[in-house]
Amino acid sequence: MLDQPLIKVILLVGIVGVTVLLTRSTAGVRHQAVRRLLLVGFVLLAAMAILFPPLLTQVARFVGVGRGADLLLYGLTITFLGYVAASYRRMRQLEQQNTILARQLALNHAVHEARHRPKDS
Amino acid sequence: MSLTPPDAGSVADGTAHHEPIEDAWLVIPLFNEASVLREVITEARKTFPHVVCVDDASTDGSGVAAREVGAAVVTHPFNLGQGAALQTGIDYVLQTTDAQYVVTFDADGQHRVEDAAAMVRRAREEDVAIVFGSRFLDGRTKPGLLRRIILKGAVWITNQQTGLRLSDAHNGLRVIRRDAAQGLHLAQNRMAHATEIVLQLSRTKLPWVEHPVLIVYTDYSRAKGQSLINSVNILIDTIIK
Ligand SMILES: Nc1nc2c(ncn2[C@@H]2O[C@H](COP(=O)(O)OP(=O)(O)OP(=O)(O)O)[C@@H](O)[C@H]2O)c(=O)[nH]1
Ligand SMILES: [Mg+2]
Repeated sequence: MLDQPLIKVILLVGIVGVTVLLTRSTAGVRHQAVRRLLLVGFVLLAAMAILFPPLLTQVARFVGVGRGADLLLYGLTITFLGYVAASYRRMRQLEQQNTILARQLALNHAVHEARHRPKDS
Repeated sequence: MSLTPPDAGSVADGTAHHEPIEDAWLVIPLFNEASVLREVITEARKTFPHVVCVDDASTDGSGVAAREVGAAVVTHPFNLGQGAALQTGIDYVLQTTDAQYVVTFDADGQHRVEDAAAMVRRAREEDVAIVFGSRFLDGRTKPGLLRRIILKGAVWITNQQTGLRLSDAHNGLRVIRRDAAQGLHLAQNRMAHATEIVLQLSRTKLPWVEHPVLIVYTDYSRAKGQSLINSVNILIDTIIK
């Protein structure tokens, strides 16, 4: 439990962050900017890891993980969860817009019908 | 808060002695219920002449059937879900009529017209804006053990999220006065709208009561209704917004 404290804290914070992303309301421009910055950071890190494998291992050691490859896997897991959260948000937004559009169409038609054929009940 | 309907006497014989209710509209979400629909609407229209069905791209001719028995029909171009349909129906009533009350009602024959009528009467007499139907105020409704447990779980979650103290949350029979209905903007398209309705109505701060109703569980409704496994989806939709 206490043997790899730093990495555990980092990973847990990552998971909490993803959960918050999932439950928070609408994503705006700031969100998008943050997402893109994260992506750039991720790309840089990946490049570094490829160019200087020992560096990755050093970082892993520093945060309390045995091998660099393990650290990479953890990182990927968190990133993937974040990706899932972000695309869920996006999907909900699209669904919402879709619904409003479909409802407006349906209502326009029905309201028109109601006005032009007065109820015979 | 009294829990017995003011007209408990007339419930027994099941027929409406009262004048048709002109200032209320039934909003019926409709999806593939052609086999029972005509009977349900015909029966309902004796008491509630004004009915709007929101046909969610049914594939069994439900929309046509509803029109034939005198309901107004709003047709979604594709299936959006029960929550979306309720919002559409409410928008329709608010936009095209000056009705005082919206009554949400199921097409599958599980709701009783006399309960709906009693609820409208109660809203009027006690001057409350919202009357929630509840199947758990008395022992008449027999949902079965597992369904009861799940429904009670849903009630607990709804009460946690809304701060109200309801005895039944996923009950499709509700009377909503115009001013309260104007506060509804449902974003939960599928079944998780039940909690959302309660939440948004509670935010209007308008007075509400619960009214005991009988939900009829027939073989048809059990076969066609919500599978218990779908409660997993409803739960997740309710928590993750
Ligand atoms: N518009 C629309 N209506 C639906 C949809 N699914 C169900 N309904 C309608 O909603 C009402 C209730 O649906 P049910 O599936 O019986 O749900 P329920 O009554 O909450 O659940 P049970 O207790 O299992 O019967 C009926 O009038 C259905 O036709 C849908 O996707 N779209
Ligand atoms: Mg049902």
